[in-house]
Amino acid sequence: MKIERLKTDLLIIGGGTAGCYAAITAAKANAANNVANNAAYLKILIVEKANIKRSGCLAAGVNALNAYITEGHTPKDYVEYAKKDADGIVREDLLYSISGKFNDVTAHLEKLGLVILKDKDGKYVTRGNRNIKINGENIKPILANAVKKLNNVTVLNHVNIFDFSVHDNKIDGAYGFGIENDTFYAIEAKAVIIATGGAAGLYRPNNPGFSRHKMWYPPFNTGAGYAMGIRHGAEMTTFEMRFIALRCKDTIAPTGTLAQGVGAKQVNALGEVYETKYGISTSERVYGTVAENLEGRGPCYLRTVGITPEQEESLLKAYLNMAPSQTIRWIENDTPSKANVEIEGTEPYIVGGHTASGYWVDTKRATTIEGLYAAGDVAGGCPQKYVTGALAEGEIAAKSAVEYINATVDCHAPLQGSRNDVETEATIKEAEIASHVAEIETYLSQKNSLYTTEQLEEAMQIAMDEYAGGIMTGYGYTEKQLNIAKEKIDEIESLTGKLSATDLQEVMYIYELKERLTICKSVIAHLAARHETRWHSFAENTDYPEKDNERFRKYVNSRLENGQIKIILRELTAEGQRNYEHHH
Amino acid sequence: MSIIIDQGKCIGCGRCHDVCPGTLIKINENKKAFIKYPKDCWGCTSCIKECPVHAISFFLGEDIGGKGCKVHTEKVKGEKNDIVRWIFELNDGSVKTIDIDPKESNKY
Repeated sequence: MKIERLKTDLLIIGGGTAGCYAAITAAKANAANNVANNAAYLKILIVEKANIKRSGCLAAGVNALNAYITEGHTPKDYVEYAKKDADGIVREDLLYSISGKFNDVTAHLEKLGLVILKDKDGKYVTRGNRNIKINGENIKPILANAVKKLNNVTVLNHVNIFDFSVHDNKIDGAYGFGIENDTFYAIEAKAVIIATGGAAGLYRPNNPGFSRHKMWYPPFNTGAGYAMGIRHGAEMTTFEMRFIALRCKDTIAPTGTLAQGVGAKQVNALGEVYETKYGISTSERVYGTVAENLEGRGPCYLRTVGITPEQEESLLKAYLNMAPSQTIRWIENDTPSKANVEIEGTEPYIVGGHTASGYWVDTKRATTIEGLYAAGDVAGGCPQKYVTGALAEGEIAAKSAVEYINATVDCHAPLQGSRNDVETEATIKEAEIASHVAEIETYLSQKNSLYTTEQLEEAMQIAMDEYAGGIMTGYGYTEKQLNIAKEKIDEIESLTGKLSATDLQEVMYIYELKERLTICKSVIAHLAARHETRWHSFAENTDYPEKDNERFRKYVNSRLENGQIKIILRELTAEGQRNYEHHH
Repeated sequence: MSIIIDQGKCIGCGRCHDVCPGTLIKINENKKAFIKYPKDCWGCTSCIKECPVHAISFFLGEDIGGKGCKVHTEKVKGEKNDIVRWIFELNDGSVKTIDIDPKESNKY
């Protein structure tokens, strides 16, 4: 295995929506700064395990921009909406900081080439209070093209980062390997932005057979960013607020386009509209569907029968631009005007762009590890960020990281007389590289593993499904069940050391499994810590079926200390608070 | 949900391999693309849009209601700009098409 050592100023891990926009912003912020100070350009490196042209959540495209401040509304309205949807467990400072930027990043996207629907006066056409209509099929190629044009940004595609380099709680780089070029990468950086997205594949999916990866969230988002942070002691927040999407059955295609686009109501098998009975927050819409099924009134549908031929044609096209499988489904079977569309809840995901799970960050998106910033689905406390929120967070994290690099750049230069320290640092680094390379080579050389990575992944998903509130139990769990889940996850983890791989892609699968196991343990600990049911389905604690504002109108945070997950309950930030700083 | 690659049509350009978000497509010793991990396909259709010779089709697994329909896209000249034509080859041999103008926004 070749070892390549790279040096950069700003390392961005993950070239999805947030990562690409962070690079675009950092390049711009840096250029402005350098014109003023006549300084050298910062080197920016994006490392992506696939290819930034079609990586992350938006590979297939996106149908609408769901976070936009429409005419007659203010960022405060958006903050209030997100806060209500999460029943109070949000960070207002984070929500304010993104919602103030939604419209600017949208205008920038349009300039880069995104098609947005306009009326005859040139105004964006809205869908509901917060959404605008687009053709987002090519949103990722648009962002990737913009990145390609930047001189000081290098992109390393097909390189999987699996560990941070952190010393004295300060990040100085990361480690990874090329999936297809037999190369180990040791990357040094002055600051790092983590933008690897959330975690899919923790729970058994809706269709565990041939179509196991036909899921809502990208199956390639394995939560690497969470896992690396957890292992290095970063504080995490709200992992118990899982996200469960309400989707079209089988194809797991979006339902919002049907509900908001043609006004389709949720109905049960008796044809009764049930959505109003359970409430219309994101989690209540899922819960209502689960409850109707449990009470024998399933299956549930979105009532599309009777829509006009024009509406139907537009729907078939709209789904081709974001979830083509649903259009095939309609073409092979009854179309939506003739048959209602059956709906179901997905398996739970951990995703900070929809719920509030992720790194505990300050307003600047600094994590609790010095020099490490988080943006997009990996960053916590700030739900309902969607595409524009991920862009806004990429922008905020990039500006903060550049500011940090410029402020600390002198401190990084070795002082005279400190040669010994530098050598010690280099020795530590070489030892870390050697140990990582040895581990990878062990997986490649050992041959007699009883289990495959795939089998252990399935075992993990079954354990989480049955004992940590998956689809099987209607998303509910008890403390007893969570204890069993923890035991099982520990057992599975103990078997990973003997796994074998024939190439680096299979080595990546082993690391992804280990990442998921790390996250499962945090999810279980968080679910066990919140002794209430604040969000139905998302965190359905059947030991404590009621909400407990007295004790749990709080953030549930956690940190790994000496191998143990320590739960930290933090008071909510004040109403309307615009700024939050770490005190650690 | 997965894809099939027509080895007769494939010219081995490697674009599908480069773009797959799961790096699931590989190039074999005959310089032809093949999907190494068919069960791991997300169904994003990135590869289909990338293929210059329309060698890749996708289909729904039978477990999620697939009935033998294969789908691919072709670029065709429109009045003002290129149009994406989605071509559905159904199991009974019939063919349906839907044209999408990339410059037109979704109505919903």
